[in-house]
Amino acid sequence: MIRVELPSHLRTLAKVNGEVRLEVPAPVTQRAVLDALEAQYPALRGTIRDHDTLKRRAFLRFFACEEDLSHESPDAPLPEAVASGKEPFLIIGAVAGGKS
Amino acid sequence: MSKVRVLVGTRKGAFILSSDGKRQNWEVSGPHFAGWEIYHMKGSPADPNRIYVSQTSGWFGQLIQRSDDGGKTWSTPGGAIETGPDGMPKGQSNKFAYDTSNKGKPLTTHQWYDGTQHPWEFKRVWHLEPSLKDPDTVYAGVEDAALFQSKDGAHSWQELPGLRGHGTGPKWQPGAGGMCLHTILLDPKNPGRIYIAISAAGAFRTDDGGETWKPINRGLHSQYIPDPRAEIGHCVHHIAMHPSRPNTLFMQKHWDVMRSDDGGDNWTEVSGNLPTDFGFVVDVHAHEPETIYVVPIKSDGEHYVHEGKLRVYRSRKGGNEWEALTKGLPQKDCYVNVLRDAMAVDSLDKCGVYFGTTGGQVYASADAGDSWMPIVRDLPAVLSVEVQTLS
Repeated sequence: MIRVELPSHLRTLAKVNGEVRLEVPAPVTQRAVLDALEAQYPALRGTIRDHDTLKRRAFLRFFACEEDLSHESPDAPLPEAVASGKEPFLIIGAVAGGKS
Repeated sequence: MSKVRVLVGTRKGAFILSSDGKRQNWEVSGPHFAGWEIYHMKGSPADPNRIYVSQTSGWFGQLIQRSDDGGKTWSTPGGAIETGPDGMPKGQSNKFAYDTSNKGKPLTTHQWYDGTQHPWEFKRVWHLEPSLKDPDTVYAGVEDAALFQSKDGAHSWQELPGLRGHGTGPKWQPGAGGMCLHTILLDPKNPGRIYIAISAAGAFRTDDGGETWKPINRGLHSQYIPDPRAEIGHCVHHIAMHPSRPNTLFMQKHWDVMRSDDGGDNWTEVSGNLPTDFGFVVDVHAHEPETIYVVPIKSDGEHYVHEGKLRVYRSRKGGNEWEALTKGLPQKDCYVNVLRDAMAVDSLDKCGVYFGTTGGQVYASADAGDSWMPIVRDLPAVLSVEVQTLS
């Protein structure tokens, strides 16, 4: 079971409290996690990555195991600790992301 | 007894202000969608309980919210788990994909600040205009400027590509607030006629429901563009229309207040004795088609009211002769702005007028502007105000 932490606005949008837990088939990659997340919570589609290009939105970052994975390939395997559910996959709004 | 519901979009959420027909005592509901920018919210004339909301964020992009019970509960119309043919959830209510087919004539660039061509990039929905007849049909004016339509209650959106495709698109350019399509007026007497306005391209009209469009900017004069009388390039801030006279339009341009009596084919300036004719809002009295309202702003470099006084100006003659309305409004040390979608009128017997400020106040007048009172004083900066008159 993959654990995902969402920023508070996206938790509100998805109507969830706390971590999200997802079944993700191997290999566990950013793309696989986000596909599973959007399948379970369609309201999130377009809020984390662009509808068409599936690129990460500019002011969001992906972290896990104290590493910034934002610039990793979406098809690169995530750390084993994420794949095993020991550590969460973090989706974080950049501190300087908004204008207001 | 009649009621009014004022829909207020702010930088940090939506608020719904409700009162009976006397419009003296108000209930405030909100913030809805707390922390998000609410560029616009508007109710369906065909079903007042149907309200559409444009919810945006620098982090998370665009969402569309919808209520079917007058704002008590909300949903993202495409948010249910509905799997599409590709096996992925549809989730399309926030998907605004520009039409790239364009009948074999793709249009993919517009003018950038430096004069070069730049690809169209979706940023947000500035304005939502529900159909006059069908609650499930709604138009969206977006940045970068284009017009979208939904016929399924905002589940999915399709561009009306004739607007970008009519030929002048490469000359459109962003204003200071971005290249936004911010005004959508539906002609109640002619279902095929729609007026729209874009900063900074100008005003356009379709007479065939959005298939083909023509620029309607003759008579506009803008000193800040190379050809002040060009067909395209004017920074139109807002246009208003009285439903009984849809051929008469009133425009607040960047500078200049204008009017047209032939559906936008020709414009004449009616700034008259205004202290400054820069501004954003313009609106029309619900029962008097020649009574109009503007809020003059000091200048394009100083976006706040002139002389530190918050004054609504009213003309009862369709322009040129204006009177300052000040009763109940701050007359010193006031430096707020009133943005382009932040004024509206109700249709009660004695017309109510409402506007919101960047200082977070929403003012109401229950006597057509003669006197004003704040409904609320301390909201986040107000981006839009719409009013529903409920029986």
